[in-house]
Amino acid sequence: MFAKIHYYLKSFLFLELLKGMGVTGRYFFRKKFTVQYPEEKTPISPRFRGLHALRRYANGEERCIACKLCEAVCPALAITIESEQRADGTRRTTRYDIDLFKCIYCGFCEEACPVDSIVETNIFEYHFENRGENIMTKEKLLEIGDRYEAQLAADRSADAPYR
Amino acid sequence: MDLAVDLWNWLHEYVQFTIYSGVKALIILLPLFIVVAYYTLAERKVIGYMQVRKGPNRVGPKGLFQPFADMFKLMFKEIIIPTNSNRYLFLIAPVITFAPAMAAWAVIPFDDGLVFSNINAGLLYILAMTSVGVYGVIIAGWASNSKYALLGAMRSAAQIVAYEIAMGFALVGVLMVGGSLNLGEIVNRQAGGIGHWFFIPLLPLFFVYLISGVAETNRAPFDVAEGESEIVAGFHVEYSGMTFAVFFLAEYANMILIAMLCALLFFGGWLSPAPGLLGDGIGWLFGKTAVFMLLFLWFRATFPRYRYDQIMRLGWKVLLPVTILWLAVEGVAVYFKVGPWFG
Repeated sequence: MFAKIHYYLKSFLFLELLKGMGVTGRYFFRKKFTVQYPEEKTPISPRFRGLHALRRYANGEERCIACKLCEAVCPALAITIESEQRADGTRRTTRYDIDLFKCIYCGFCEEACPVDSIVETNIFEYHFENRGENIMTKEKLLEIGDRYEAQLAADRSADAPYR
Repeated sequence: MDLAVDLWNWLHEYVQFTIYSGVKALIILLPLFIVVAYYTLAERKVIGYMQVRKGPNRVGPKGLFQPFADMFKLMFKEIIIPTNSNRYLFLIAPVITFAPAMAAWAVIPFDDGLVFSNINAGLLYILAMTSVGVYGVIIAGWASNSKYALLGAMRSAAQIVAYEIAMGFALVGVLMVGGSLNLGEIVNRQAGGIGHWFFIPLLPLFFVYLISGVAETNRAPFDVAEGESEIVAGFHVEYSGMTFAVFFLAEYANMILIAMLCALLFFGGWLSPAPGLLGDGIGWLFGKTAVFMLLFLWFRATFPRYRYDQIMRLGWKVLLPVTILWLAVEGVAVYFKVGPWFG
């Protein structure tokens, strides 16, 4: 009996509805979380996995030794490598392609690389305008590596204690 | 100047009347369109704020030109007519929804005597007009030749029939106190400060009216006719561009209409809450209407959608009995002339 009266009072006085409206009403005046994207950006972790790059040693020699571990580990089969022996007897790649349409940005290639050559940068704002631009060739990857070397080295050293 | 006067007098009486009425209608409808446009922006802003976002703020200063951007987008979009749809009905449906939503504004008094058409059966006229709107929804759902649209139309039809009754009965309560179907007279009966307004003796009826008003306009939490998470967009899935915009316009004009009727019938319209201190005026009506308009948005930001059978239960088994019960109570109050309202 009492429970029934209680139930009717509760539903006819809209208590729960008013409580709900109180919540939304309070949130109306809260500080907003919106990040105004092109002007403001969220912080990026040094482990961020964006566009790929191939790095070089300080003396200008490319790091990649064509061991093909990245090609083997790549779950999306996005990496294609061909290699040849160079005049000085070292093995180097003649072709290093990453198909960005296949790539799932898992970062396994980066982890597999014994010489820290293939890395993923924190670049995430890029686009293609023509067919075929999704294939990152060795030249393009090395160029990105050269341009962002300072940032790449800083990110690697920030993450070094945890690797 | 003389030439203009001569030209005016030269026109036939009926032509004069038509032009005169047309201009009066434009004076009401053009501001209404602007209010509708900014109501959509306010909706997105208010819901955004309640969800701790900022809402649209890119077009113009603080996003103030957003409605115009939306409007131009809709105007330049292609109107797609589905194959095997009933072309004639498909195109006439938005008009059937839109025209009554606009026509209902003819009898709304904005101030004492400031009304387009001061007819005696004003309230009845509004009930008639708001009910015709649902035919547009049903026809749209039928003509689209789409399962989702048909489902939405069926839901909308059943829902509006259910809530129309509760709403009509709630208004009967207002008539019993007001003693008139003329909206202006109903407002004038509430003269004498906040204590004389009808929402005090008719509080349950006011809530019934507000709830069924939300349901009538197919707004959240009663928006099962659209139900974007279940039936995509209900009756207007197949509509695009201007035809969609017309449905949209009608829905928002109806929301404003319901809000304004709440203010007129239960909250004393243009009358000030303290007549000795503050004068009456059109500002009071707009202020009260704005509060109810905000309430619509607040509901949408707060409540999850009702399940369909719960909507039916609420309409038939809760709101309708409450209304009839209160009408009986009111009848007794009228007989014994209780308070300042039933004098």
